[in-house]
Amino acid sequence: MSSRDLILARVRRALADVPRDDTPYDRAVRRDYLREHGNRSAGRTVDLLAENLADYRALVHRCTAGELPATIARLLAGRGAASVAVPAGLDPAWLAAADVTRMPDSAADTPAALDRVDSVVTACAVAIAETGTIVLDGGPDQGRRRITLVPDHHICVVRVPGQVVSSVPQGLERLDPARPLTWISGPSATSDIELDRVEGVHGPRTLEVVLVSAR
Amino acid sequence: MRVALFLTCVNDTLYPDTGRAVVKLLTRLGVDVDFPMAQTCCGQAHYNTGYRHEAEPLARHFSEVFGGYEAIVTPSGSCGAMVRELYPRMGARARAEGRGDGLATALAPVVPRTYELTEFLVDVLGVTDVGAYYPHTVTYHPTCHGLRGLGLGDRPRRLLESVGGLELRELPGADECCGFGGTFALKNADVSAAMGADKVRNAASTGADVLCAADNSCLMHIGGTMTRLRTGMRPVHIAEILASTQEEPV
Amino acid sequence: MSGGTYLGMPAFPKAAHEAVRDETLRGNLRHATHTIRAKRATAVAEVSDWAELREAGKQIKDHTLRHLDRYLVQLEESVTAAGGTVHWAADADEANRIVTGLVKATGESEVVKVKSMATQEIGLNEALEAEGIRAYETDLAELIVQLGEDRPSHILVPAIHRNRGEIRDIFAREMGAWGRPAPEGLTDTPAELADAARLHLREKFLRAKVGISGANFMVAETGTMVVVESEGNGRMCLTLPETLISVVGIEKTVPTWRDLEVFLQTLPRSSTAERMNPYTSTWTGTTDSGTADGPRDFHLVLIDNGRTDTLADEVGRQALRCIRCSACLNVCPVYERAGGHAYGSVYPGPIGAILSPQLRGTGSEIDASLPYASSLCGACYDVCPVAIDIPEVLVHLRERVVQGGPVTREGVRVLVKPAKGHAAERAAMRAARWAFGRPGVLRAGQRLASRTRRFHPRTLPGPGRAWSDTRSVPEVPAEPFRDWWQRTHGGKDTSK
Repeated sequence: MSSRDLILARVRRALADVPRDDTPYDRAVRRDYLREHGNRSAGRTVDLLAENLADYRALVHRCTAGELPATIARLLAGRGAASVAVPAGLDPAWLAAADVTRMPDSAADTPAALDRVDSVVTACAVAIAETGTIVLDGGPDQGRRRITLVPDHHICVVRVPGQVVSSVPQGLERLDPARPLTWISGPSATSDIELDRVEGVHGPRTLEVVLVSAR
Repeated sequence: MRVALFLTCVNDTLYPDTGRAVVKLLTRLGVDVDFPMAQTCCGQAHYNTGYRHEAEPLARHFSEVFGGYEAIVTPSGSCGAMVRELYPRMGARARAEGRGDGLATALAPVVPRTYELTEFLVDVLGVTDVGAYYPHTVTYHPTCHGLRGLGLGDRPRRLLESVGGLELRELPGADECCGFGGTFALKNADVSAAMGADKVRNAASTGADVLCAADNSCLMHIGGTMTRLRTGMRPVHIAEILASTQEEPV
Repeated sequence: MSGGTYLGMPAFPKAAHEAVRDETLRGNLRHATHTIRAKRATAVAEVSDWAELREAGKQIKDHTLRHLDRYLVQLEESVTAAGGTVHWAADADEANRIVTGLVKATGESEVVKVKSMATQEIGLNEALEAEGIRAYETDLAELIVQLGEDRPSHILVPAIHRNRGEIRDIFAREMGAWGRPAPEGLTDTPAELADAARLHLREKFLRAKVGISGANFMVAETGTMVVVESEGNGRMCLTLPETLISVVGIEKTVPTWRDLEVFLQTLPRSSTAERMNPYTSTWTGTTDSGTADGPRDFHLVLIDNGRTDTLADEVGRQALRCIRCSACLNVCPVYERAGGHAYGSVYPGPIGAILSPQLRGTGSEIDASLPYASSLCGACYDVCPVAIDIPEVLVHLRERVVQGGPVTREGVRVLVKPAKGHAAERAAMRAARWAFGRPGVLRAGQRLASRTRRFHPRTLPGPGRAWSDTRSVPEVPAEPFRDWWQRTHGGKDTSK
């Protein structure tokens, strides 16, 4: 007997007490928790996102679409970034004002090569206000997961209010589980020393989030 | 209202003052108290140590002794929780083991009618000011089975706050276990003693004269530790504070 | 759990005896657990529907466990369809053989690891080492444990028993032997220590070809794996290597993608007391070669190792709902004083006290003592985000220890005998039951105690010394309550 069959047989024997007509999945879970906490306007939801991002030490900036290239250029210059990893589908206008070497996200790059890149600029798939989370789904304007991981400085652009949801349940609804997802809430951190939170370990130690509105 | 006092075996044997205080207090509040002489032990120590089958006849005995009363009042959070929380569980386990509904049926009548003392005062009698007078500084330790098992909440506090002359001091780390835990105190004596010592240090830091709780088992452990650590504080059951009056102080 | 590391551990009280006297350890644990306790309470209070989320989490897990065979088959299909390979391991040895074989097939002799309770449980690092494969732990706390040749003492923070000064010393002393040494003049500020770990592990991440992880959740419907973490070491191990091997207990399955909406709210708030942990990665099989995002090969090793035996116990199976948040450790007064090592298992604290004796059985000294490592104060049950009634299971396991009875071991129903060393207690319990069944006997005993009270010693002999060593013995009153009652209210009551 294979271990697969052995384990499945053990499970079935262990569950001898479960009746055949046991409550089916859709009725087994009483989902009377909230779809979102509180009732906010779209504008207030964006404010909450900004507050919660900042609370976990992300640097939050706000601008209009027109101001975005200048904002990104300013942030990169502020870091002294010379090279920037760029997802293939990133709107070229976003980096139009920046004086940096653009490193396209290419499958051939080794991790060591990426380690020499100063910054990365991406969009996101969705942002969750209540938890201060941005989610990347590997879309064309976000690139492979490694480009937002190895460089030490990540600038993530969130289109507000369109990409912002209030809650985790609402965020999951918008996401496709078939895609590789990275949920980011502030820069990397650890609580491993005396259960005290320290920001900045292996992932980017600086996370800058630009909330960009149409006007 | 005919009310039975379920004093518990520990109080009956070691802390008769608490029993007398409950009788005095309830009588003062117009309650007709009876002490069924056939009562012994609810079986908690057996059950919690792993001797459920030894606890079953004691639970049946409890139900026979107290079954005829409208209300059963006990000055012990843990024994109250035994009847209210664990008797139904014992009945359900017996059923799951294919032993029928007998035990569950036998225990069912006493479960909803059993009250911890402060619960009975606040919820059934509807009083928080019991006319007590106790001119001491007191800190209150909510015992685990009262706090988390029965959900006594702020009932003991509200009763204490209404006592004349009493100054209530906040106990740091109040909701942490004192370390008694029945046979835990013997089986894991080192950890139990360390927990007790921390509880006593917290109590002493309040500067109160008295540490009050609604369960003498915990007070036996805390008080025993206080004596050894020479804090000068006294452990007192809440019933004795509530029974105390200006005319007849405890 | 045949990891080996924990075999022959002394019983809990003996191990705790040492820990209670270790002032540094007591101080470290008090500081850490009290810090996180308060933060967790705040994080939980922020969500008004905590009770409903907790109940939903419990129900999702219960439903999954009650139909685990179906969901495991579905999970296997989904993972396979997405390009992954599923392996099944009945016990630790088989899991270790599978993983070792997979690593060897890549031709690599080192792997990077994300913190994983399952691989600790099966003793994977030791198994790899025996085959000449070096496993690098990359979680900061796991790194501290590995460098210090120590054992983990907490589910979330395995090095919780170490303070910053001790960590600094370990880094300064040991890092050089494993790779990049600690920077000169390293101080004990947490930020500097975290930075030293970053530098030390960087080269290992960048060259790694094989990553090994666990998973917090596996979604049966989609085949999606979920890893919840903070430092980014998880992302490194899950993203950069060419081969990824995830070793996961079968109970980590949830039916649907939607179910994550509950656990991604309750887990971070319960474990690190955050609204959300810094990084959560989800992936489904492998991505196509065109994107080449992440490992080309993905292997999922599903392990039983005592879980189906636990599942067979109708009371004890609720332990399998555990999502390893460690909130129960952080509130436990016994854990705070005894420390994690006393539990003799990778699963310490209240959840460990009910999990280890079920996964491993109650045959060893340590496992038979774990159900008693609790005052039954109930704080663990209060904070558990999937409402595991730990005190209920503790008492249930105590019953198994003292009374024996039918249990399932390696899939077979067997009858276990009562554990040794409880004969005197059993006799005492029986005698007490006999006496308590007869009020007259109880009364005679009480009177005898009252009459002889002047002769009672201040310290007790035999097992009673465990009490009187640290606590005074209560004085027996002149008369028991029932005698007073009879004197003053006599005749009112007709029963005897």
